[in-house]
Amino acid sequence: MNRLTHLFQHKTADVLNVYFTAGFPQLNDTVPILKALQDAGADLVEIGMPYSDPVADGETIQRSNQQALENGMTVATLFEQLQGIREQGITVPVLLMGYLNPVVQFGVEKFCQQCQAVGVDGVILPDLPLDVYEREYKPLFAQHDLKVVFLVTPQTSAARVRQLDALADGFIYLVAAAGTTGAQTDMNADVDAYLSRTKALGLRNPTLVGFGISDAASFAAASRHTTGAIIGSAFIRLLQATPTEGRTAAIQAFVRGVRP
Amino acid sequence: MTIAATSPYRVDATGYYGPFGGAYVPEMLYPNVEELRDNYLRIIQEPEFQREFTQLLTDYVGRPTPLFLARRLSAHYGTTIYLKREDLCHTGAHKVNNTIGQILVAKRLGKKRIVAETGAGQHGVATATVCALMGLECIVYMGEIDIERQKPNVDRMRMLGAKVVPATSGSKTLKDATNEAMRHWISNPTDTHYIIGSVVGPHPYPDMVARFQSVISAETISQLLHQTGRGTPDFMLACVGGGSNAAGAFYHYLDEPSVRLVAAEAAGKGVNTGHSAATTALGKPGILHGASTILMQTADGQVTEPYSISAGLDYPGIGPQHAHLFATGRAEFLSITDKQALDAGFQLSRLEGIIPALETAHALACLPLIGAKPDEVVVVCLSGRGDKDLATYTKHLEEYA
Ligand SMILES: Cc1ncc(COP(=O)(O)O)c(C=O)c1O
Repeated sequence: MNRLTHLFQHKTADVLNVYFTAGFPQLNDTVPILKALQDAGADLVEIGMPYSDPVADGETIQRSNQQALENGMTVATLFEQLQGIREQGITVPVLLMGYLNPVVQFGVEKFCQQCQAVGVDGVILPDLPLDVYEREYKPLFAQHDLKVVFLVTPQTSAARVRQLDALADGFIYLVAAAGTTGAQTDMNADVDAYLSRTKALGLRNPTLVGFGISDAASFAAASRHTTGAIIGSAFIRLLQATPTEGRTAAIQAFVRGVRP
Repeated sequence: MTIAATSPYRVDATGYYGPFGGAYVPEMLYPNVEELRDNYLRIIQEPEFQREFTQLLTDYVGRPTPLFLARRLSAHYGTTIYLKREDLCHTGAHKVNNTIGQILVAKRLGKKRIVAETGAGQHGVATATVCALMGLECIVYMGEIDIERQKPNVDRMRMLGAKVVPATSGSKTLKDATNEAMRHWISNPTDTHYIIGSVVGPHPYPDMVARFQSVISAETISQLLHQTGRGTPDFMLACVGGGSNAAGAFYHYLDEPSVRLVAAEAAGKGVNTGHSAATTALGKPGILHGASTILMQTADGQVTEPYSISAGLDYPGIGPQHAHLFATGRAEFLSITDKQALDAGFQLSRLEGIIPALETAHALACLPLIGAKPDEVVVVCLSGRGDKDLATYTKHLEEYA
């Protein structure tokens, strides 16, 4: 069974998803960081494929993308790095997140084949239009057992949330507040109202909240009405600030700090 | 501004030009783009909108711009050359046709704030101008490097009351200013309108901007008819950064196969020197700034940094309609080097007493390449004046003494 599907069948609350950029801080850090996150107890991991023009991302993730590209990261290199992870004891669900152009240039069908070959469970492509997905990509993704995640924001109409929910089969990514990744979202009454409003829609997919989640307080507030939350920029900042030797321990402490 | 929906060169009902176009935006931008998509045609077809738009183009911008028979230039090339004088628009370029149209749309959508990107600063100035005129707050993103090389336009924007914000991400030029403007829009989704400066971006921007710029070819038809007895030239020449002046100059001629449409791209130091912005020569289909189009990119799909002497052509993509015109062969794309553009800029200055913008000089540089015959008529879209480029021209004065 798809690891993502399996996870959500067994865990329906306080799910922690951690994002990091492939090939950052060093080109070959991707798999060691993935392993450290699994060991620290992350429930799923989202690996970012770096892009030159990440419009939905704030400064922290932009800089990690740029650094990864300077390190020589490519989609092809990422698949080489992920080769064999499932044989080496990585059991945590893995998603690839990225912008559409590098995937299109790699070849969407080849991308899906490679995902399946290395054991990737799902994808998040924020600039993939829903109609293009439905018309061109859905059968391909299904054929390679890749789950798809769609974003929803506070501005998304209820009708469109239902449409996105009908086509998603991984989870629904609830963007906490209008903004790019890393924006400081205080989990205020507005955000709470948006999350409980979304809960009331009774979506068929699990929901994870992202953007601006950085610590135990924001994680708990975000998870109150949802299946869990996603941490990105705060984790990238940790990677930036931590020397390689202390990294495994720092990741342990970080995950424990977010979800005690 | 009615269009034949059946034209193969215009946007179709789903927002595409053949395989190009669409709206490849993250969900954060979907409601904004949807609001615009669902309302733009209705708004711009309202009689009251048309009245206000036309009146501002007349009384404020100074339209119609003249169609000038360039006798000495014609004699030099042995053909008949007319210049469509967009350089005489208020603020000095065609860009203001679009900003007037978009600010009227923004007002009707109830927006309080305008955000824009700019490269050379011409679109930024045109946006700051209409914001002052309408009393709306104006924020312009400009690459940190462009802020340094286009200082006079930065000062003009500030004088007009706009806030100029340096884009410090990526390569710190137009592409990154566009990213930053989009990020600003993502963070301010309800009260802000993004006035994009060319026929780029997600649907409906390319179509909306082309409609506002279509006044260029609409006027050309009646002026040519009046001056020559025929509304169609044999050649229509325009430069292409994103492609808005070209889209306007081509607009009413798209379905007139007798009119050869010629688009000038910036080859920089030469198409194969690694310092170029010749998108169709160097690019491949892909996705940039919300549209499927042709763009300069690495084999891995990373957008590459273009180069041109002209900041307004220093962009790694072209609008989706131009990608379609290129792919179908409806328009010819010529690559013009910095040197060819400088030659043409000095030539027009000396032969006709008109200093063109460096962008425009690329269109003029096509004149020796198209093989126009003595009995043929060539129209060049003179997209802007060269005052902003004087510092660059001055560096080369000796060579043209
Ligand atoms: C005078 C002039 N012409 C042309 C351009 C290029 O833009 P577009 O290709 O959208 O007409 C610019 C952009 O700054 C400009 O200032």
